[in-house]
Amino acid sequence: MIDTLALLTSILTITLRAGASLIYGAIGETYTERSGILNLGVEGMMLMGAVTAFATAYYSGSVWLGLLVAMGVGATLAALHAFLTVTMRANQVVSGLSITLFGTGLASFLGERLGPASNNFNLVGMVGPRFSPIEIPGLSEIPVLGAFFKQDLLTYALFLLVPLAWAYLYKTRNGLNLRAVGESPQTADAMGIDVIRTRYRYTIVGGMLVGLGGAHLSLAYAPGWSENITGGRGWIVIALVIFAMWNPARAVLGAVLFGGINAVQFRLQAGGATTIPSAYLNMLPYLVTIAVLIAMTWWEALSHRIGAPAALGTPYTREDK
Amino acid sequence: MTARITQPTVSPPVLQMRSITKRFPGVLANDRVDLDLYAGEVLALLGENGAGKSTLMNILAGLYRPDAGEILIQGRPAEIHAPRDAAAFGIGMVHQNFMLVPTMTVAQNIVLGIADLAFVPDLGAIETRIRELSDRYGLKVDPRAYIWQLGVGEQQRVEILKLIYRGADIVILDEPTAVLTPQEAQDLGRILAVMQAEGKSIVFITHKMAEVIAFSDRVCVLRQGRVVATKRTADTNPRELARLMVGREVLFRLDKRPAQPGDPVLTLEAVHANNDKGLPALRDVSLQARQGEILGIAGVAGNGQQELAEVVTGLRPIKRGKLLINQRDLTHCTSLEAIHAGVSHIPADRVGMGSVGDMPVADNIVMKAYRMPPLARQGVLNRRRILDFARALIDVFQIATPTPQTHVKFLSGGNIQKTILAREIDACTDLLVAVYPSRGLDVGATEAVRRRLLEQRDEGRAVLLVSEDLDELRTVADRIAVLYEGRVMGVVNAEEADVETLGLMMAGASDPVIGDAAADPGTEGGRTQ
Ligand SMILES: Nc1ncnc2c1ncn2[C@@H]1O[C@H](COP(=O)(O)OP(=O)(O)OP(=O)(O)O)[C@@H](O)[C@H]1O
Ligand SMILES: [Mg+2]
Repeated sequence: MIDTLALLTSILTITLRAGASLIYGAIGETYTERSGILNLGVEGMMLMGAVTAFATAYYSGSVWLGLLVAMGVGATLAALHAFLTVTMRANQVVSGLSITLFGTGLASFLGERLGPASNNFNLVGMVGPRFSPIEIPGLSEIPVLGAFFKQDLLTYALFLLVPLAWAYLYKTRNGLNLRAVGESPQTADAMGIDVIRTRYRYTIVGGMLVGLGGAHLSLAYAPGWSENITGGRGWIVIALVIFAMWNPARAVLGAVLFGGINAVQFRLQAGGATTIPSAYLNMLPYLVTIAVLIAMTWWEALSHRIGAPAALGTPYTREDK
Repeated sequence: MTARITQPTVSPPVLQMRSITKRFPGVLANDRVDLDLYAGEVLALLGENGAGKSTLMNILAGLYRPDAGEILIQGRPAEIHAPRDAAAFGIGMVHQNFMLVPTMTVAQNIVLGIADLAFVPDLGAIETRIRELSDRYGLKVDPRAYIWQLGVGEQQRVEILKLIYRGADIVILDEPTAVLTPQEAQDLGRILAVMQAEGKSIVFITHKMAEVIAFSDRVCVLRQGRVVATKRTADTNPRELARLMVGREVLFRLDKRPAQPGDPVLTLEAVHANNDKGLPALRDVSLQARQGEILGIAGVAGNGQQELAEVVTGLRPIKRGKLLINQRDLTHCTSLEAIHAGVSHIPADRVGMGSVGDMPVADNIVMKAYRMPPLARQGVLNRRRILDFARALIDVFQIATPTPQTHVKFLSGGNIQKTILAREIDACTDLLVAVYPSRGLDVGATEAVRRRLLEQRDEGRAVLLVSEDLDELRTVADRIAVLYEGRVMGVVNAEEADVETLGLMMAGASDPVIGDAAADPGTEGGRTQ
């Protein structure tokens, strides 16, 4: 009995830790897509966030500086995406994929060049400062739910960020304007909302949050740098946004689901309690994500729910019909 | 309907547009346009499709930048760079294509983009204020409803409430009545009068002469981007206005030869079908349209007309009953099978369903004929032949387009409709289904469309004409079936149909005066009891 509770607690703890970067990313991407811009550069931006955050923290000794740099890098790549798609009206899919290709390549290159000379300039295997879990006395002892109180600062910050992100989107003037821009830029424009500025703003804000998600990976979840540290999380983020139907609060559910399966899978492998080959277990989170996405889309079609922002992926200029 | 008495315009105009010029690729949409608007007046802006009315008003609303010219408000030059500037000058516009976010509520739409809206808007207070205003102006709408739940008439009211809520003094209405039922158009007239009494100045765009006469104090007529006349409404008449618009005499009368009905082309036997929401839209509908006749379908929008047209063209599944085209059972046909059976379709939604905006006029024209030689061989298109084919039809149907390669979305409403007409009529061999074909069209284009429909009839095809315009039905159709809540309330001969009787039937009274369905009682299942 005690054992089961302990097991559950530990699974939930890992779940939350594994889900945090996804939640940051999903909130960021939700905001971007709500403005009508599809950013498929998440994977590349996350990797760049991770590598720059770790490198900065490693040399400066400050995780906070690392965070700041990761957010700056995410914002810069997102600004590039905004410039290409909003101003130059480039195809959003192509621009996003290019950013992922570019970001993935550059991150792995930087990982091999930014390290100390003693390690052949490689960052892999170096140990730097990190956000360690902080156990809140008392609360963290509660069985199962205590998992919420054994987290790192970045995960704690989510307890605040998620409701704020939700309220901002649905309860404030700015959120109203943002949603209008993504649903019908013509209407938003005619109503005096600056469509171009809105799209830039939320693409960049989205990029910052994605960068932050990357930083969580290299500074808290799996401290350090390793090639492909994201394990495709950038893509999961994009799937989560759809799963959450562009609602930041529901993105948490998805992230926890993905993180949870990850944690269970991890447990099973570590415990050696199963004969299922590990390759299949590794696949599990991704398979479940696909399955859930299919089910969701199916359900949405059945119930005639309006999902994606109507103008997602389409550029806007005023005098063009 | 009588013209309003114009108050002497002593005060200077609240709005002056001076020598406004606007050019689009291949068209001069506005050519040195001058326009004055006085406090408390309703100015009707009239002109053919593509004359540049919407362009001129979009310039005023800050959506388009003029190439030349200036705007004065209260006598002072006004720089309008964006809609926000226009709003600051008290200018508000109801656009031809509604500017509403379907996934948001009425209240949210109304306050969207207001410059001094609180960071956390108090929706409760906003809703109360909306209710107050809607009571005062008689604009009934539920502030909590989502836009996608509303019919076009209600959406229109939301658009007008939006202007009132924002305190616009200069109100622009771009073809507000194009999609309204006659009753709703009457209501709009009353609302205009209230706004006018409060000193608001109104620019009103319409193609309907009766509305110009009934609602406006002055008329400004545009032709090909230029102002050709500005008159007091009291000093003019529909005939003169039409002549000014088109530049030639317009016949308001069609010469219609007596119908020569032949064999039945379309037969519906006790058809049931659902609407998009899965609710019954057609109940026990039995109708017949024969060669050489136009069967009109009357009814208030949303009583099953749309679904009827879709059932006949193979776009909507039939739940029960039978659909026969030329006596062939096509109850469960696909739209392609319907096309092969000789059915043509002019859909109500000309932008969404009737044309592909991002494709050239030529491609839109051949969208049905492209499968056949000589336009294609073994699935390979012959561009040159396609262009020749399109050019010929552009000529015949007088489609005003800079080139056959111009994308359809850049054409005016009337010319988009002519493009669809060209394609559908060219491909039509047996049955033409036309849904609101003259909606939003100018007098000239309307006349052209009606003439085409009669031409099809006289060539021995059957025509199913869905319309809200009773005058149109009475002049063009041979028999008129009235739909109410998905049922056929009766079928009457067009000559015998008077507006009152039709109106009663549209409101649900089954065939109150006239006896049983005209013509062919044997097969006609018009009456339901
Ligand atoms: N954004 C645009 N890009 C290119 N051409 C345009 C654009 N807007 C309008 N035009 C062209 O300018 C001309 C005037 O169009 P406008 O929409 O002002 O006509 P309108 O008088 O409002 O016609 P309608 O009665 O059909 O609404 C048309 O030839 C149209 O094709
Ligand atoms: Mg127009």
